[in-house]
Amino acid sequence: MTIDATDRRIINATQSGLPLAPAPYAVVAGWLGLSEREVIERLAAMQDKGVIRRIALAPNHYALGVTANGMSVWDVADDHAETLGAEVGALDFVSHCYLRPRVLPDWPYNLFAMIHGQDRSEVELKRQEIAALLGGACGASDILYSTRILKKTGLRLREGA
Amino acid sequence: MRREVLPPEALDATDRAILNALQEGFPLTPHPFADAGKPLGLSEDDLIARIQNLREEGAITRFGPFFDAEAMGGAFCLCAMAVPGDRFDAVVTLVNAHPEVAHNYERAHRLNMWFVLATDTPAGIEKTARAIEKETGLKVLRFPKLKEFFIGFRVKA
Repeated sequence: MTIDATDRRIINATQSGLPLAPAPYAVVAGWLGLSEREVIERLAAMQDKGVIRRIALAPNHYALGVTANGMSVWDVADDHAETLGAEVGALDFVSHCYLRPRVLPDWPYNLFAMIHGQDRSEVELKRQEIAALLGGACGASDILYSTRILKKTGLRLREGA
Repeated sequence: MRREVLPPEALDATDRAILNALQEGFPLTPHPFADAGKPLGLSEDDLIARIQNLREEGAITRFGPFFDAEAMGGAFCLCAMAVPGDRFDAVVTLVNAHPEVAHNYERAHRLNMWFVLATDTPAGIEKTARAIEKETGLKVLRFPKLKEFFIGFRVKA
């Protein structure tokens, strides 16, 4: 997944969003002294390589009433973890889904799935849905609710990084 | 980001259709608003004006490419600590002082502090985690991602 200096300039120019103009890629091209076609082709190539996950609109789920979330964690048998993790990630109420190492004895869980809902009782229902999906492949599980944001900074690409 | 729920009447059926449709993707074409507007029965100008308005209302957090930060270089690691209650505020100050700490949440658990380290190199993760352990005298549990799954998350507007 290699990107070059021009790709990086396109990333820097669009990481806070696309311009709301009839020809947004031409606007970006104008900023960077590139052709519209090159910007579109490079964005498409980055999308193919997975550098860009997708080009889309992200609704503010909080504003739309999806205000509760919890980090659910699961101890899933290693030989089923990849298959089941993929199924959990595909659920429409899960926003992040990762396999991570257990840290024994402090932490027996290897699958992390962030669950969103209108309120905590909905989050708990979704959690039961995941438990049913994992079935016998899962031993212990837990859910961690955040009680306070202690720090939040955007993950912004440093210029020339 | 707006942390208030919009009143239901803030969005009409067209707004909701836009939010639902454009979550799925946005065209990489010379006139993407015209192309995306067609199936919604909206002209290019109408769609742009609607998105502008949704953005001003705080109904949208982002509109554009979503990048995989890791694919662009750099390293990330989720970390957790069990911080004694009477030291919590002091430890928050020590941890947050590191610019490598991208975000940090208090969570209701014995492991009550969860933060993400973001560094230019994998070695930077280890260096920062060790520095935090030294400064706080507390163990920093490291949870690097082994595998990330494709996400189907959608909010029904």
